[in-house]
Order: sequence, then C-alpha cells, then structure tokens
Amino acid sequence: MTVESVFPRLEALLPHVQKPIQYVGGELNSTVKDWDACDVRWALMYPDAYEVGLPNQGVMILYEVLNEREGVLAERTYSVWPDLEALMREHGVPQFTVDAHRPVKAFDVFGLSFSTELGYTNMLTALDLAGIPLEAKDRTVDDPIVLAGGHAAFNPEPIADFLDCAVVGDGEQAVLDMTEIIRAWKAEGRPGGRDEVLLRLARTGGFYVPKFYDVEYLADGRIGRVVPNAPGVPWRVSKHTVMDLDEWPYPKQPLVPLAETVHERMSVEIFRGCTRGCRFCQAGMITRPVRERSITGIGEMVERGLKATGFEEVGLLSLSSADHTEIGDIAKGLADRYSEDKIGLSLPSTRVDAFNIDLANELSRNGRRSGLTFAPEGGSERMRKVINKMVSEEDLIRTVATAYGNGWRQVKLYFMCGLPTETDEDVLQIGAMAKNVIQKGREVTGQNDIRCTVSIGGFVPKPHTPFQWAPQLSAEATDARLAKLRDSIRGDRKYGKNIGYRYHDGKPGIVEGLLSRGDRRVGAIIRAVYEDGGRFDGWREYFSYDRWMACAEKGLAGTGVDVDWYTTRERTYEEVLPWDHLDSGLDKDWLWEDWQDALEEVEVDDCRWTPCFDCGVCPQMDTKIQIGPTGKKLLPLTVVNT
Amino acid sequence: MQRIRLRYTKRGRLRFTSHRDFQRAFERALRRSAVPMAYSAGFTPHPKVSYANAAPTGVASEAEYLEIGLAALRDPEQLRAQLDESLPTGLDVIDAVEVRTPNFVERLEASEWLVRLDGVEPDEAARAAARFLAEERVEVERLTKNGVRVFDARAAVAALDVVPPQVDAGADTEVETDRDVRTARPCAILRLVVRHATPAVRPDDVLSGLRATADLAPPVPAEVTRLAQGPLDEETGTVTDPLALDRAAAPAG
Repeated sequence: MTVESVFPRLEALLPHVQKPIQYVGGELNSTVKDWDACDVRWALMYPDAYEVGLPNQGVMILYEVLNEREGVLAERTYSVWPDLEALMREHGVPQFTVDAHRPVKAFDVFGLSFSTELGYTNMLTALDLAGIPLEAKDRTVDDPIVLAGGHAAFNPEPIADFLDCAVVGDGEQAVLDMTEIIRAWKAEGRPGGRDEVLLRLARTGGFYVPKFYDVEYLADGRIGRVVPNAPGVPWRVSKHTVMDLDEWPYPKQPLVPLAETVHERMSVEIFRGCTRGCRFCQAGMITRPVRERSITGIGEMVERGLKATGFEEVGLLSLSSADHTEIGDIAKGLADRYSEDKIGLSLPSTRVDAFNIDLANELSRNGRRSGLTFAPEGGSERMRKVINKMVSEEDLIRTVATAYGNGWRQVKLYFMCGLPTETDEDVLQIGAMAKNVIQKGREVTGQNDIRCTVSIGGFVPKPHTPFQWAPQLSAEATDARLAKLRDSIRGDRKYGKNIGYRYHDGKPGIVEGLLSRGDRRVGAIIRAVYEDGGRFDGWREYFSYDRWMACAEKGLAGTGVDVDWYTTRERTYEEVLPWDHLDSGLDKDWLWEDWQDALEEVEVDDCRWTPCFDCGVCPQMDTKIQIGPTGKKLLPLTVVNT
Repeated sequence: MQRIRLRYTKRGRLRFTSHRDFQRAFERALRRSAVPMAYSAGFTPHPKVSYANAAPTGVASEAEYLEIGLAALRDPEQLRAQLDESLPTGLDVIDAVEVRTPNFVERLEASEWLVRLDGVEPDEAARAAARFLAEERVEVERLTKNGVRVFDARAAVAALDVVPPQVDAGADTEVETDRDVRTARPCAILRLVVRHATPAVRPDDVLSGLRATADLAPPVPAEVTRLAQGPLDEETGTVTDPLALDRAAAPAG
C-alpha cells in the first residue's frame, strides 16, 4: 500500500507561515527510500523546532543507521510552530515527515528522542496532529509503536501513558534489534496484534513497555513497588551500550539544511561516556563507561564529513572533550590538515584543568579568539567538593591567565544555583571568582578591557545520579539567591562593569524538576497542559509556569501529593524511586554512598586513572573502559590537484 | 582576480528558500566543490560573492544572479556544472559568463513574472488586467517593518496580460514529483513585467492592485515565478538577457 505525500496540501499552507523552508525537506545528504520496498519503517522525531532538532546527533545517527539497512526506511519529523499547527488543523493536514512528506501515522514506529523533558508537550501535539490516540491504551494494531529514547527516557514514567515503549542507552544497535523483532512479527501476519509485538520487545529485557508494569502506591503517596504483569517480562529493563565507537562512524553524511539551525558544523563524537563523576551530571552517570573513538577514526570521520557537507567548523563533541587521551594530537593534526581551508575547530565542553596552552593555540590557529567558556559549576571550594567537580580556583586562574596571555579577552563561566547544602555565601563567592579572573586578566595583559561573563541557572536533581534523593531549591529561594549575587556583582565599583551577569529564573527549573523525577501520576498534568495550549516549553516565549501549576493542582487532585512533593522534598534510602526498574547499571547503594560522600564533602576520583570504585556499571552491563592512547598521529592528507 | 557571473534558479519546493538560506547553501557548495575562491581581507575573511535582487521567499525563479571572485582562473562553464552538482536539485546554476563589463546591477531594469492563479477563470483575470492597466495610478498598501506603507503599483508595470496555461518553464521533474496533480479547476496565468523602482513593486503588490481595482480575489495563494530579469525593451515590453553584454565582449575564439 503506497502512502501518499501530504506535500500538495501542505504546500498551499506554506506561503502563510514563518520560515517555510524548515518544512520542505530536501536537505543535502537526506534520504528518501521506496516505501513499498521496505517492510519496517521508522518516523524519527526530535520534539522541538526544526532549527534545534535538525543538528541533533542522535537522530542523525539513527536516521543513517536505519536507512543503510535494506528493507528499512527512516524519515524525520520535527515540531511545527503554532502558526503552521493552526493551519494544519484547519485544513486537516497531518503530522508529516520532512523527507517524503508521509503521514507519521503510516509508519511502523514513531520514535522520539528526548534530550530534555521539556519536549513532552510537543510529543502530544505531534501525536494528535498525526491522528494517533494520545494514550497507548487507545491505540490499535494500525497505529505506530510510539517509542521514546534519549537521556530523558531514563525516567519515562511521566509519559508512560503516552508511550508504547522506551529504550534506555545507546540507540545504534537497539533500533536494529527492534527492527528485526517488528519485521518477524509483520512477516508472520502480525499474530496477537499490538500486544504480541510489544510483549516480544519487553521479553528481551532491553525494551521497556510501560503497560506490562503495574505501579503500586503506599498510603503516603510513595511508590510501593513496580511489578511486571505479563508472563516472561523481566523486573528490570537494561540500558544499551555500544562498544567500539570506531565500528559506528556515524553520521557519515551529516545533514546540511537550507534553513538556519542552532549548530552549523561538522560534529564528531570523540568519545562517549564520562567518569569524572560530577554528582549533578546525569549524562556522566548514565553513559558510562568511557569509550574513546581512536584518533585515526576521528580523522577519517572529519575528512569524509567535511567533503560531504562543506561546513567551515569541526566540533569535537563529548561530555568533556579535553579528556580524550590524545586530544593534543587530534587538535594539532586537524589544525595542520585544514589550515589552508579556513576550517575552525571547537571543543564545546572543556574542563578548566584539562585546558592547556598547546590546545589553546591549536584551537585558535585560524585566527579566531572569540571567547572561552568554562564550567566551574560551584562558586566555592566547598561547593565544588559537594558536587565532585574537582577544579580548584587556582586551576581556573592559571587557565585564564594562559588564555588572556594568548590573546583571548573574554571568559564565560557557567554555574548552578540551588545545589545540595548550598548557602547564600557559596553563591556569593561566584562574584569573587569573577573578580579574580578579571584581575588576573588585567595583570597578564596590562589592559583594563577584560570581560568575564557569569551565567547561572537553577540546579535540577536528575534520576540515576547521586543527587536523585536531593531536595530541589524552590523557585522563590533560587530567585532570591540569584538576586543577591546580582546585587553584589553590580555593586562592585572596580570590577562590576566588566562582569556580565546572565541568569535563568527558578520557575522553569521547577517544572523540569517535576518532569525529571515524576512518576506516572505526572502524566495527567502533561496532558492537561497540552490541552490548555502548552507547547514548546523549552522556549521562554511559550513557557507558562502558571499554566503548569494550575494544571498540576487539577491533575494531582486526590493523589495526596503535589508539586513540592516531587521537587523540594528530600527522598530517603528506602524509597522506591519511579525509575528504579530501569537499569542504568549504576548500583543504587553506590549512588547512595556517593550522595552521603557529597554531604560530607568527600571527593571521588576518575576511574580512568585510579582503581575502580565500584559504581557497578561495567560488571552489570558487561562493558569496559576503552581508552587510548593509540600512539598514532594524523598524517597530512595528500593534496590532489584538479 | 577573475570574476564570474552566474544565473541560478529557485524551483519547486525550494522556492521556500529565503535569500539568507540560499547564501549559506551557496557558500557551502563553493567549499564542497573546492572552488578557488578569493577571500575578503579582515578579521573573519569571507568568500567574495555579491548577490543581485533576490526574489522573495516563496517565489520561484528562473533568473537569479550573483557574481563571485576567484583566486585562480576557471572555465565558466566547468565552474557552472561543478556548482550545479554541489547544490540541491531545485537550486540550479544554469548560466555562467566571465565578467567583462561593469554596472551589472543597473542592467537589471525589470523582471518578468508568471503568476498562477488557481480557481480563477482566465476571462475574469483578463478583465481585471484591463481594468488595472486603464488606471493611471493604483494605490496599494504593504505591511513593512516600519508599519503600513501606501504606494503606487501601476506606474512600474510595463506589461500585464493573460497567457495560456503551459508546462512550467524549466520545471524540474525530480522536485516536482510530489506536486499537486492539477485538477480540472479553472486556472488563470498572468504574465507581468515590472520595472525595478523604489519602492519596489512586487507581484503581490500588483495582485493587491487587481483586487482594489477589479475585485479579483483568488481563492488560494498565487504561485509566482520570476522568468527573467534584465534590460527592459520598452517597445515590446520584454526583458532581455543581462549577461548578453559580457558574452558579446568575450574575445574571439
């Protein structure tokens, strides 16, 4: 059955909307496969605007991995802005893929990648526009399997009612495994209907199907236990881990959009995972162990990617890029290779202590010294011990001295407010740190026009981290603390003018906190917010705190719990957490010990350089640390004259 | 420094490409096809590209122009083919000449537009065009960044007539496959020649004028294509090739 393109109907609406190019597809390196020649078809969504979703590496990787397989096709879909949404509803145009403009409902799987919980309402918009029932229990065998992945899927409980399935961990192999299960079930004539295929997925232990788990609550509102309710369904669902990144050199052909997007560069993931052990960092906890891509593998990906895209910048991505065992040789090798082509290099996440003068020089070889960004996260030495961000102020000052000495004039510092045990005094020390940075800059350069920008936002405790038990700071207390810091910075006559201060108020963090550590009862709130018009919650101009709070009051009525219970309440050791049945490999007792260490300001080292400290991931997941050095170098490429 | 003038198109669904979008796509195509670009001096060097008179977003075009500066000599036709290959289908580079004459932008005196009005009877469109042409002045409004602006849309119009339906000029099959299968609904096609003036009069301004003078109100948005831009032959009301002078100035052989 061939599925018709909705483009002719969509096209008539495009002259009336902003930035219509984002809806037409046709990006360089995009793929349109023959519908009838494929038996398993995926619609992949990044549930935010095209300009944010298109550069997403996760979606790009899965899109290519799936499309490379014979008989499998994958197309992409993104959130449409409210102007087009209104027109689509008026004219009956369904949620469509941008590749061949096929209706999302026609696919076998509708897979959504959630980097953040703030995309949940956008998922409901897309489901509704697609004509797929919002709740999984109302779907039939002809509806796609609605699947969630991405970091937020490590606690999929708040959206459990809307999902058929969730996958935790690396997606590359998981999507192929799922494809095979669906293919076999379809080839057999879809025996047992929707439940049968979901059961086959659930029984593998690698796919979480919420409907096969019942949640029992205690009288006080806490969870009693989560129990499988179908035969053969395991008590816990494991995360997926891809070993040997060199075997997965994706994306090989990165998408190049015509529309402007948030990142316009050739991104290469130089390693996955991080064991620095920052206690607030969910990404670092759930992506263990560290797996490096080799220097030669990186070189090949960059070369092929630049040829395929024409990008002017290479981004070396990871959770802490300067920690790659051969980062110096990688930066130098790439800078050497592309010095003639005016290709810039960027390291989006750089630790203060891993940054050094050689790296600084390689990164600025093309002449740009725009600004450097570091994330000490905590203002005081005490605070940094609590969060296990082992960076001293001396490290920072030494690093900025290097940077200023090498031509930089601006340093940006990122912090969080509302970390466990934090006091006003801890946050006020951020101002002192910024002053020391400027003072050092003036000293090194002999100039006065040195700038330092402080950027600070509220801390949100996340599942699968040592802070999963921690109380979140209320929006009011966060705002009050941020105001004190602002006043102290602005009031400084000698340095105040040189310090930029950017902060995010506490309210969005409370909603994020509710969604991060919520359970299935939070689903009613998400649905109510969506039905009341909530969209694009990650966008300040659309986000409405008041709407969320009003809907929470209604949605949680009769449960005995409220927003504070989910956010500012401290959990105890015995409490069953909503995500305990999703296995990230981390031993819950180890997490608890790490939480206790945090409260006692005890630091933990990185297992790449010190003995294993038993976080549990490697034995539980049968994985191991994969790091260099390989000792290899990037050789110059032969210049081919045409 | 060798300079090359190029003519390119915005066809099919890629007519929704904005000019900024096109600029980025073009500069990336230059990199992918390793064109030896000349760069501007300065802190952040940019490849030397100048664009003339871009068509509005959503309007298709067969006749957009730009000029690039090269650091090494290249054969214009080879360069054209190379760039065309590097750009997505629909953004097609269809002509190239080496620059031999100055004042190119001044040569773009007028544009010829094709305006497709679905759901409008050709006779009705012809009557409206006649009414419009009979006026000396047709005031229209346009919403600009600085508020509503009122200006004359009549004086700039050098020609306006109804032409018989035809296969879209230069329509490109790959892009057009998912296009509307045209139904048997009536459809009028206007051919419009408009002088480039200040304030610029665009096809939608003329459509506003047709609505104001003759109550012509198409039920669906018009599909507009720029067919040509260049010197205006006042006598025949036709637009001629702006690259002709450069071609003529080419050394023999």
